[in-house]
Amino acid sequence: MGEEAKYILAVITTDKNKVTGAVPIFIADSEEEKEKTALFLAKTLDAMVHDLENGIYFIVRH
Amino acid sequence: MVIILSGTLAGILTRVLLLKLDYRQYPGYPHGYISHFSLGAIASALGAVAVPALMNKDFTAFTFLALAAQQFREIRNIERQTLENLEETRLEKRGKDYIEGIARTFEARNYLVMGTAFITSIAAMLAGIWAAVAMALILIFFSKTFMAGKNIGDICEVIPGQVNFKKSLLCVNEIDFMSVGLPEVRRKIMQEALGVMIKPKDDNARATLHDMGQRMAITHTAALVMGSKKEVDIPEFTPLARKNPDTGEVALYIMPVEKDMASLILAVQRTPLLESARVKPLKTQAGRIAAD
Repeated sequence: MGEEAKYILAVITTDKNKVTGAVPIFIADSEEEKEKTALFLAKTLDAMVHDLENGIYFIVRH
Repeated sequence: MVIILSGTLAGILTRVLLLKLDYRQYPGYPHGYISHFSLGAIASALGAVAVPALMNKDFTAFTFLALAAQQFREIRNIERQTLENLEETRLEKRGKDYIEGIARTFEARNYLVMGTAFITSIAAMLAGIWAAVAMALILIFFSKTFMAGKNIGDICEVIPGQVNFKKSLLCVNEIDFMSVGLPEVRRKIMQEALGVMIKPKDDNARATLHDMGQRMAITHTAALVMGSKKEVDIPEFTPLARKNPDTGEVALYIMPVEKDMASLILAVQRTPLLESARVKPLKTQAGRIAAD
Protein backbone atom coordinates (compact mmCIF):
# COMPACT_ATOMS: atom_id res chain seq x y z
CA MET A 1 0.00 0.00 0.00
CA GLY A 2 2.07 2.83 -1.29
CA GLU A 3 5.26 1.42 0.24
CA GLU A 4 6.30 -0.84 -2.60
CA ALA A 5 7.30 0.50 -5.98
CA LYS A 6 4.76 0.22 -8.76
CA TYR A 7 5.76 -1.01 -12.17
CA ILE A 8 4.06 -0.96 -15.53
CA LEU A 9 4.50 -4.55 -16.64
CA ALA A 10 2.82 -4.44 -20.03
CA VAL A 11 0.73 -2.26 -22.32
CA ILE A 12 -2.11 -3.56 -24.48
CA THR A 13 -3.45 -1.37 -27.26
CA THR A 14 -5.42 -1.39 -30.46
CA ASP A 15 -3.59 1.70 -31.70
CA LYS A 16 0.14 1.08 -31.96
CA ASN A 17 0.89 4.71 -32.74
CA LYS A 18 0.08 5.75 -29.18
CA VAL A 19 2.61 3.65 -27.31
CA THR A 20 6.34 3.42 -27.39
CA GLY A 21 9.13 2.70 -24.94
CA ALA A 22 10.79 -0.03 -22.97
CA VAL A 23 7.72 -2.02 -21.91
CA PRO A 24 6.26 -5.10 -23.52
CA ILE A 25 3.57 -3.83 -25.89
CA PHE A 26 0.81 -6.13 -27.09
CA ILE A 27 -1.15 -4.98 -30.11
CA ALA A 28 -4.71 -6.28 -30.38
CA ASP A 29 -6.94 -6.25 -33.44
CA SER A 30 -10.20 -5.74 -31.57
CA GLU A 31 -11.63 -4.62 -28.21
CA GLU A 32 -12.41 -8.26 -27.31
CA GLU A 33 -8.89 -9.36 -28.03
CA LYS A 34 -7.54 -6.44 -25.99
CA GLU A 35 -9.67 -7.37 -22.97
CA LYS A 36 -8.79 -11.03 -23.23
CA THR A 37 -5.05 -10.36 -23.53
CA ALA A 38 -5.18 -7.95 -20.60
CA LEU A 39 -7.06 -10.46 -18.46
CA PHE A 40 -4.62 -13.30 -19.21
CA LEU A 41 -1.59 -11.12 -18.58
CA ALA A 42 -3.00 -9.75 -15.33
CA LYS A 43 -3.87 -13.20 -14.02
CA THR A 44 -0.44 -14.55 -14.87
CA LEU A 45 1.40 -11.59 -13.38
CA ASP A 46 -0.85 -11.23 -10.28
CA ALA A 47 -1.31 -7.63 -11.36
CA MET A 48 -4.10 -5.23 -12.18
CA VAL A 49 -5.48 -3.88 -15.44
CA HIS A 50 -5.95 -0.13 -15.68
CA ASP A 51 -7.63 1.83 -18.44
CA LEU A 52 -6.23 5.08 -19.82
CA GLU A 53 -9.55 5.59 -21.60
CA ASN A 54 -7.85 6.27 -24.94
CA GLY A 55 -7.86 2.69 -26.14
CA ILE A 56 -4.85 1.70 -24.03
CA TYR A 57 -4.85 -0.81 -21.18
CA PHE A 58 -1.79 -1.14 -18.98
CA ILE A 59 -0.90 -3.66 -16.35
CA VAL A 60 0.54 -2.61 -13.01
CA ARG A 61 1.83 -4.63 -10.10
CA HIS A 62 0.76 -2.89 -6.89
CA MET B 1 -0.92 -16.09 53.20
CA VAL B 2 -4.45 -14.73 52.77
CA ILE B 3 -2.93 -11.43 51.73
CA ILE B 4 -0.86 -12.95 48.94
CA LEU B 5 -3.68 -15.22 47.79
CA SER B 6 -6.27 -12.47 47.58
CA GLY B 7 -3.92 -10.23 45.60
CA THR B 8 -2.92 -13.00 43.22
CA LEU B 9 -6.50 -14.10 42.63
CA ALA B 10 -7.64 -10.56 41.93
CA GLY B 11 -4.78 -10.15 39.43
CA ILE B 12 -5.51 -13.41 37.64
CA LEU B 13 -9.21 -12.59 37.45
CA THR B 14 -8.40 -9.24 35.84
CA ARG B 15 -6.19 -10.90 33.24
CA VAL B 16 -8.82 -13.54 32.39
CA LEU B 17 -11.54 -10.94 31.98
CA LEU B 18 -9.30 -8.87 29.69
CA LEU B 19 -8.48 -11.92 27.54
CA LYS B 20 -11.72 -12.13 25.65
CA LEU B 21 -11.66 -12.56 21.89
CA ASP B 22 -12.82 -9.32 20.35
CA TYR B 23 -12.65 -7.45 17.06
CA ARG B 24 -8.88 -7.70 17.11
CA GLN B 25 -9.35 -11.47 16.67
CA TYR B 26 -6.13 -12.05 18.58
CA PRO B 27 -4.99 -14.27 20.24
CA GLY B 28 -7.28 -16.75 18.56
CA TYR B 29 -5.58 -19.97 19.57
CA PRO B 30 -5.30 -21.92 22.88
CA HIS B 31 -1.53 -21.57 23.19
CA GLY B 32 -1.79 -17.82 22.96
CA TYR B 33 -4.28 -17.88 25.80
CA ILE B 34 -2.05 -20.09 27.92
CA SER B 35 1.05 -17.96 27.53
CA HIS B 36 -0.81 -14.76 28.36
CA PHE B 37 -2.65 -16.39 31.24
CA SER B 38 0.60 -17.68 32.77
CA LEU B 39 2.30 -14.33 32.43
CA GLY B 40 -0.67 -12.66 34.05
CA ALA B 41 -0.49 -15.16 36.91
CA ILE B 42 3.21 -14.46 37.41
CA ALA B 43 2.60 -10.72 37.29
CA SER B 44 -0.15 -10.90 39.89
CA ALA B 45 1.89 -13.15 42.19
CA LEU B 46 4.76 -10.66 42.02
CA GLY B 47 2.48 -7.75 42.79
CA ALA B 48 0.87 -9.57 45.70
CA VAL B 49 4.11 -10.86 47.24
CA ALA B 50 5.64 -7.39 47.25
CA VAL B 51 3.28 -6.21 50.03
CA PRO B 52 4.22 -8.63 52.86
CA ALA B 53 7.87 -8.28 51.84
CA LEU B 54 7.63 -4.52 52.27
CA MET B 55 5.95 -4.98 55.68
CA ASN B 56 9.01 -6.95 56.79
CA LYS B 57 11.04 -3.92 55.75
CA ASP B 58 12.46 -6.00 52.94
CA PHE B 59 12.79 -3.18 50.46
CA THR B 60 14.74 -5.19 47.91
CA ALA B 61 11.36 -6.67 46.96
CA PHE B 62 10.90 -3.71 44.67
CA THR B 63 13.83 -4.75 42.50
CA PHE B 64 11.81 -7.83 41.60
CA LEU B 65 9.08 -5.60 40.24
CA ALA B 66 11.67 -3.90 38.05
CA LEU B 67 12.73 -7.31 36.83
CA ALA B 68 9.13 -8.14 35.99
CA ALA B 69 8.82 -4.89 34.03
CA GLN B 70 11.83 -5.95 31.97
CA GLN B 71 10.13 -9.26 31.20
CA PHE B 72 6.92 -7.59 30.10
CA ARG B 73 8.82 -5.38 27.70
CA GLU B 74 10.25 -8.52 26.22
CA ILE B 75 6.70 -9.83 25.74
CA ARG B 76 5.89 -6.75 23.74
CA ASN B 77 8.82 -7.43 21.41
CA ILE B 78 7.84 -11.07 20.99
CA GLU B 79 4.21 -10.17 20.22
CA ARG B 80 5.34 -7.60 17.69
CA GLN B 81 7.68 -10.02 15.95
CA THR B 82 5.07 -12.78 15.80
CA LEU B 83 2.46 -10.48 14.31
CA GLU B 84 4.90 -8.98 11.81
CA ASN B 85 5.89 -12.45 10.62
CA LEU B 86 2.25 -13.47 10.23
CA GLU B 87 1.58 -10.25 8.33
CA GLU B 88 3.61 -11.34 5.30
CA THR B 89 1.13 -14.00 4.26
CA ARG B 90 -1.99 -11.95 4.92
CA LEU B 91 -4.01 -10.63 2.00
CA GLU B 92 -5.45 -7.78 4.03
CA LYS B 93 -2.63 -6.32 6.07
CA ARG B 94 -3.13 -5.27 9.67
CA GLY B 95 -0.54 -2.55 9.27
CA LYS B 96 2.37 -1.69 11.53
CA ASP B 97 0.37 0.75 13.66
CA TYR B 98 -2.21 -1.88 14.55
CA ILE B 99 0.49 -4.44 15.42
CA GLU B 100 2.26 -1.91 17.61
CA GLY B 101 -1.04 -1.16 19.34
CA ILE B 102 -1.72 -4.83 20.07
CA ALA B 103 1.81 -5.42 21.36
CA ARG B 104 1.63 -2.37 23.60
CA THR B 105 -1.74 -3.44 24.97
CA PHE B 106 -0.37 -6.85 25.97
CA GLU B 107 2.49 -5.20 27.85
CA ALA B 108 0.26 -2.64 29.54
CA ARG B 109 -2.26 -5.25 30.66
CA ASN B 110 0.44 -7.05 32.62
CA TYR B 111 1.23 -3.83 34.51
CA LEU B 112 -2.47 -3.43 35.13
CA VAL B 113 -2.64 -6.94 36.55
CA MET B 114 0.39 -6.34 38.74
CA GLY B 115 -1.08 -3.09 40.05
CA THR B 116 -4.42 -4.75 40.80
CA ALA B 117 -2.68 -7.52 42.77
CA PHE B 118 -0.53 -5.02 44.67
CA ILE B 119 -3.39 -2.74 45.72
CA THR B 120 -5.68 -5.66 46.61
CA SER B 121 -2.96 -7.10 48.84
CA ILE B 122 -2.57 -3.77 50.62
CA ALA B 123 -6.33 -3.66 51.20
CA ALA B 124 -6.29 -7.23 52.53
CA MET B 125 -3.53 -6.40 54.97
CA LEU B 126 -4.88 -3.11 56.25
CA ALA B 127 -8.61 -3.85 56.42
CA GLY B 128 -9.19 -7.58 56.05
CA ILE B 129 -10.49 -9.90 53.40
CA TRP B 130 -13.80 -8.13 52.67
CA ALA B 131 -12.05 -4.87 52.00
CA ALA B 132 -9.79 -6.78 49.60
CA VAL B 133 -12.81 -8.21 47.77
CA ALA B 134 -14.36 -4.76 47.46
CA MET B 135 -11.08 -3.25 46.26
CA ALA B 136 -10.60 -6.05 43.72
CA LEU B 137 -14.09 -5.49 42.30
CA ILE B 138 -13.47 -1.75 41.97
CA LEU B 139 -10.14 -2.31 40.24
CA ILE B 140 -11.55 -4.90 37.85
CA PHE B 141 -14.40 -2.56 36.99
CA PHE B 142 -11.85 0.19 36.38
CA SER B 143 -9.77 -2.07 34.10
CA LYS B 144 -12.83 -3.15 32.12
CA THR B 145 -14.31 0.29 31.55
CA PHE B 146 -11.50 2.83 31.52
CA MET B 147 -8.90 0.74 29.75
CA ALA B 148 -11.33 -0.43 27.07
CA GLY B 149 -10.26 2.15 24.51
CA LYS B 150 -12.46 3.91 21.99
CA ASN B 151 -13.83 2.80 18.64
CA ILE B 152 -14.20 4.49 15.27
CA GLY B 153 -17.93 4.73 16.01
CA ASP B 154 -17.21 7.03 18.97
CA ILE B 155 -15.50 9.72 16.89
CA CYS B 156 -17.01 9.22 13.44
CA GLU B 157 -20.36 8.81 11.77
CA VAL B 158 -20.53 5.78 9.47
CA ILE B 159 -23.16 5.91 6.72
CA PRO B 160 -23.82 3.83 3.59
CA GLY B 161 -22.06 5.01 0.43
CA GLN B 162 -22.82 4.45 -3.24
CA VAL B 163 -20.31 2.46 -5.29
CA ASN B 164 -20.20 3.89 -8.81
CA PHE B 165 -17.92 4.32 -11.83
CA LYS B 166 -16.83 7.50 -13.59
CA LYS B 167 -15.97 5.73 -16.85
CA SER B 168 -13.25 3.33 -15.63
CA LEU B 169 -12.64 5.12 -12.30
CA LEU B 170 -14.06 3.34 -9.26
CA CYS B 171 -15.70 5.75 -6.79
CA VAL B 172 -17.65 5.63 -3.55
CA ASN B 173 -19.85 8.73 -3.56
CA GLU B 174 -17.46 11.47 -4.75
CA ILE B 175 -14.19 9.86 -3.62
CA ASP B 176 -12.25 8.06 -6.35
CA PHE B 177 -10.19 4.94 -5.67
CA MET B 178 -8.58 3.50 -8.77
CA SER B 179 -8.95 2.78 -12.45
CA VAL B 180 -10.49 -0.61 -13.17
CA GLY B 181 -9.68 -1.60 -16.74
CA LEU B 182 -11.69 -4.72 -17.48
CA PRO B 183 -15.43 -4.24 -18.15
CA GLU B 184 -16.12 -7.71 -16.73
CA VAL B 185 -14.56 -6.78 -13.39
CA ARG B 186 -16.39 -3.44 -13.37
CA ARG B 187 -19.73 -5.22 -13.78
CA LYS B 188 -18.93 -7.56 -10.91
CA ILE B 189 -17.89 -4.70 -8.66
CA MET B 190 -21.12 -2.79 -9.46
CA GLN B 191 -23.16 -5.83 -8.46
CA GLU B 192 -21.32 -7.03 -5.39
CA ALA B 193 -19.26 -4.25 -3.84
CA LEU B 194 -20.22 -2.28 -0.75
CA GLY B 195 -19.10 1.20 0.18
CA VAL B 196 -19.42 3.27 3.33
CA MET B 197 -18.58 6.84 4.17
CA ILE B 198 -16.79 7.56 7.44
CA LYS B 199 -17.46 11.14 8.48
CA PRO B 200 -15.32 12.59 11.26
CA LYS B 201 -17.34 14.34 13.99
CA ASP B 202 -14.67 16.97 14.72
CA ASP B 203 -11.13 18.06 13.84
CA ASN B 204 -9.54 15.52 16.20
CA ALA B 205 -11.35 12.71 14.42
CA ARG B 206 -10.35 14.11 11.04
CA ALA B 207 -6.68 14.09 12.04
CA THR B 208 -7.04 10.49 13.26
CA LEU B 209 -8.58 9.33 9.97
CA HIS B 210 -5.70 11.04 8.17
CA ASP B 211 -3.43 8.29 9.57
CA MET B 212 -2.86 5.49 7.05
CA GLY B 213 -2.34 2.99 9.86
CA GLN B 214 -5.80 3.71 11.24
CA ARG B 215 -7.33 3.29 7.78
CA MET B 216 -5.53 -0.02 7.30
CA ALA B 217 -6.94 -1.15 10.64
CA ILE B 218 -10.43 -0.28 9.36
CA THR B 219 -10.03 -2.20 6.08
CA HIS B 220 -8.48 -5.13 7.93
CA THR B 221 -11.35 -5.33 10.41
CA ALA B 222 -13.98 -4.98 7.70
CA ALA B 223 -12.38 -7.74 5.60
CA LEU B 224 -12.00 -9.97 8.63
CA VAL B 225 -15.62 -9.66 9.74
CA MET B 226 -17.33 -9.53 6.34
CA GLY B 227 -15.00 -11.78 4.39
CA SER B 228 -13.25 -10.49 1.28
CA LYS B 229 -13.25 -11.71 -2.31
CA LYS B 230 -9.68 -10.64 -2.81
CA GLU B 231 -7.28 -13.25 -4.15
CA VAL B 232 -3.61 -13.16 -5.02
CA ASP B 233 -4.40 -12.73 -8.72
CA ILE B 234 -7.35 -10.33 -8.22
CA PRO B 235 -5.88 -7.11 -6.81
CA GLU B 236 -9.04 -5.29 -7.97
CA PHE B 237 -10.94 -6.66 -4.99
CA THR B 238 -8.55 -5.30 -2.36
CA PRO B 239 -10.55 -3.40 0.28
CA LEU B 240 -9.44 0.23 0.29
CA ALA B 241 -10.01 3.34 2.37
CA ARG B 242 -9.41 6.68 0.69
CA LYS B 243 -9.75 10.21 1.94
CA ASN B 244 -11.49 13.17 0.42
CA PRO B 245 -8.63 15.68 0.59
CA ASP B 246 -11.01 18.64 0.96
CA THR B 247 -13.32 17.42 3.72
CA GLY B 248 -11.26 14.74 5.45
CA GLU B 249 -14.05 12.20 5.03
CA VAL B 250 -12.93 8.66 4.31
CA ALA B 251 -14.67 6.20 2.00
CA LEU B 252 -14.29 2.45 2.33
CA TYR B 253 -14.61 0.09 -0.63
CA ILE B 254 -14.84 -3.65 -0.08
CA MET B 255 -15.90 -6.77 -2.02
CA PRO B 256 -17.47 -8.69 0.86
CA VAL B 257 -18.41 -12.34 0.87
CA GLU B 258 -21.47 -11.43 2.94
CA LYS B 259 -23.14 -8.48 1.27
CA ASP B 260 -24.77 -6.89 4.29
CA MET B 261 -24.58 -3.13 4.73
CA ALA B 262 -25.74 -3.08 8.36
CA SER B 263 -23.04 -5.46 9.54
CA LEU B 264 -20.36 -3.67 7.51
CA ILE B 265 -21.28 -0.40 9.23
CA LEU B 266 -21.14 -2.15 12.60
CA ALA B 267 -17.73 -3.67 11.81
CA VAL B 268 -16.32 -0.27 10.84
CA GLN B 269 -17.81 1.37 13.93
CA ARG B 270 -16.30 -1.27 16.20
CA THR B 271 -12.79 -0.95 14.76
CA PRO B 272 -10.52 0.00 17.66
CA LEU B 273 -9.08 3.48 17.63
CA LEU B 274 -5.30 3.07 17.49
CA GLU B 275 -3.38 4.87 20.20
CA SER B 276 -0.69 5.81 17.71
CA ALA B 277 -3.22 7.35 15.32
CA ARG B 278 -5.04 9.30 17.99
CA VAL B 279 -4.11 12.96 17.83
CA LYS B 280 -5.84 15.95 19.32
CA PRO B 281 -5.10 19.16 17.43
CA LEU B 282 -8.09 20.75 19.19
CA LYS B 283 -6.13 20.59 22.47
CA THR B 284 -3.71 23.17 21.14
CA GLN B 285 -4.43 26.87 20.74
CA ALA B 286 -3.36 26.86 17.10
CA GLY B 287 -5.66 23.90 16.41
CA ARG B 288 -8.64 25.65 17.98
CA ILE B 289 -8.03 28.83 15.99
CA ALA B 290 -7.71 26.84 12.77
CA ALA B 291 -10.96 25.00 13.51
CA ASP B 292 -13.10 28.16 13.35
